[in-house]
Amino acid sequence: MSKVVVMTSGKGGVGKTTTAAAFGTGLALRGHKTVVIDFDVGLRNLDLIMGCERRVVFDFINVINGEARLSQALIKDKRNENLWILPTSQTRDKDALTKEGVEKVLNELRDQFDYIVCDSPAGIEKGAIMALYFADEAVIVTNPEVSSVRDSDRIIGVLQSRSRRAEKGMEPVKEHLLIARHDAERVKRGEMLKVEDVLEILAIPLLGIIPESQSVLKASNVGMPVIMDEGSPAGRAYMDAVGRFLGETIEHRFAGQARRGLFQRLLWRTA
Amino acid sequence: MNFLRRLLGFGEKPSAEAARDRLQILLAHERANAAQPDYLPQMHRDIVDVIRRYVDVEDQKIEVQVEHSGNVSVLEVNIELPPMPARPKASQTVSAQGRKKRPARSRPAPARLAESAKTGTA
Repeated sequence: MSKVVVMTSGKGGVGKTTTAAAFGTGLALRGHKTVVIDFDVGLRNLDLIMGCERRVVFDFINVINGEARLSQALIKDKRNENLWILPTSQTRDKDALTKEGVEKVLNELRDQFDYIVCDSPAGIEKGAIMALYFADEAVIVTNPEVSSVRDSDRIIGVLQSRSRRAEKGMEPVKEHLLIARHDAERVKRGEMLKVEDVLEILAIPLLGIIPESQSVLKASNVGMPVIMDEGSPAGRAYMDAVGRFLGETIEHRFAGQARRGLFQRLLWRTA
Repeated sequence: MNFLRRLLGFGEKPSAEAARDRLQILLAHERANAAQPDYLPQMHRDIVDVIRRYVDVEDQKIEVQVEHSGNVSVLEVNIELPPMPARPKASQTVSAQGRKKRPARSRPAPARLAESAKTGTA
């Protein structure tokens, strides 16, 4: 039984594509046949983050319009045999995504894959609605920051009222909260919203806390999903989140971590 | 550390607490509004147009909202009319309520204004 999972947030720049790439790769590393689809028509970036930008010939929109077969548009990941990417179009307008077209492609993918990860564009316009409409589960990516939390609240409302599951009166979309760019040190200093505060406000189950990490930028520089950087805190946190998503019980390890000693902290404070 | 900082005179409220408090207040308000149907803004404009054919009202004096309670939805339209010269009072409020999709109640005659306002909001 395949599952459609959307990575969504409302706000842009919070880490949706990073998370989609990491999650897709993580699921594939765990042995599940997975495809990651870019829904950000006109502003595609998943290909770049996944490192397959030079292999795009046909895309999602070509398949919807019947200009290419699905098998021609799917790109097989070079590092992982369970992982595939369906890039989107760089040029066409957002009206290219129709509910019927998206449904047709998703149904075809459901026959071949265990997990279909949808990377949503920012906003609550058509592209974002299409990305979440057919979802069975949703990962809401939030930064511990006021505008991100507000937009996440909004997108949770959209999931609960405008998704296919909501419209058809089916079991609701299963929601997971992923807090990205978390800085335990700033939380300690009272400069950043606590995980508990974000959880209390948004009131959905916590899937993971991704620490602010330099490895995310380094990974995107070379087109490698950060989850493959096993030595980085962000990579490990994504791996834990994927484990929890698959039903494992894993403690949240980066929540209250203080990594600097007193001397370092004093130096750092005056710096 | 927080304790030390406060002792040393950095006693102001941490900004993260301000963020949490502002979000809690804002989202309580926004969640109430998010339940409004998509057709409401257009319907609002149409209602304003119809009212304007008869009375010169300002945009912000017309409130249109849908409230849900149990399995009943109520369309609430509140229109504050401009002052009427023939009357001693400065302004009058007409309030009309009806079940969703039922045609709007016709505007009551001026003599019954007070009574209809009372039953309308009851």
